[in-house]
Amino acid sequence: MSRGPRVAVVVFPGTWSERDFLHVAPLVGWEARLVWHAEPSLGDADAVVLPGGFAHGDHLRTGAIARFSPVMRAVEELADRGGPVLGSCNGFQILCEAGMLPGVLMRNDHLQFRCDWQWLRVERPLGAWLAPDEVAEGDVIRLPISHGEGRYQADPAVLDELERGGRVALRYADEQGRMTPDANPNGSLNGIAGVVNGRGNVLGLMPHPERAAEDEVGGTDGLRLLRSLDRWLVGQPAAAERL
Amino acid sequence: MRWLADVHVRLRPGIADPEGLTIAGGLRALGFSTVDEVRAGKLLRIAFQADDRSAAEAAVDAMCRRLLANPVMETADWELRAEVDQAAGEPVP
Repeated sequence: MSRGPRVAVVVFPGTWSERDFLHVAPLVGWEARLVWHAEPSLGDADAVVLPGGFAHGDHLRTGAIARFSPVMRAVEELADRGGPVLGSCNGFQILCEAGMLPGVLMRNDHLQFRCDWQWLRVERPLGAWLAPDEVAEGDVIRLPISHGEGRYQADPAVLDELERGGRVALRYADEQGRMTPDANPNGSLNGIAGVVNGRGNVLGLMPHPERAAEDEVGGTDGLRLLRSLDRWLVGQPAAAERL
Repeated sequence: MRWLADVHVRLRPGIADPEGLTIAGGLRALGFSTVDEVRAGKLLRIAFQADDRSAAEAAVDAMCRRLLANPVMETADWELRAEVDQAAGEPVP
């Protein structure tokens, strides 16, 4: 690839993780830029990131108002064309509210805001953000979480579809990759920490890969997700045509 | 004319409600030992213009479906009334 992926990092009023993504972009070769939520277009972006924070104050429900921001139409169009979309934390909540991913993120079962390092088991390396070259099935990775509303819920039919379709990408686990009640930081159904859409180009996850990209901050497993994007784009003919 | 809608957003039955559980625990700790259950929800009072009752009902229904409740976990029900005309003391016809 002659240049790095062009990544639009969307900023809603109340978003707080956008500069972390800009900070780590050079580490993974991204040409990243911020896009204000009122923009109707993502320009020439190859991929889009919805970062964490509290878009529109999380009023009514997390992500409920952000879903109607003008930029979300462009995000949906990019996703419909197979373009990679990553929603982390509040970004995951927005993708669920927008109907781009199934389910909903609710108040943590213990009601506390949880900010900690978290072990996660990779259920299936697939799609734009979990490349097989970067992660393998059963890998246990460590990423920060930082949320008060991360309890993944979906109705039984949707949950069954996700599980049978292999669309649960990441689960909360302990260091050995075991799912235990203690390892589940928020009461999510089936320990679900991240899900993908049917095509694999859209990933939503509660943890923060951008906060685990340098040894200085305690871990670099986030790089494995962020680096996956480049591999996916190279493998996509439509994206390759534009290079 | 102006209408007032009180929209009650509630969690669906069976959806875990840690906020309600915590409030119930607080009430019991205060001595209200007979409290069995608390379910937390939201009350939204919406003032808006519509030509007549059927238009107002259709509007509230659409608001609930499109934004106010997430059908994955919530239900919305509502009461609607015409705002009382201050001078006449009667609902505006």
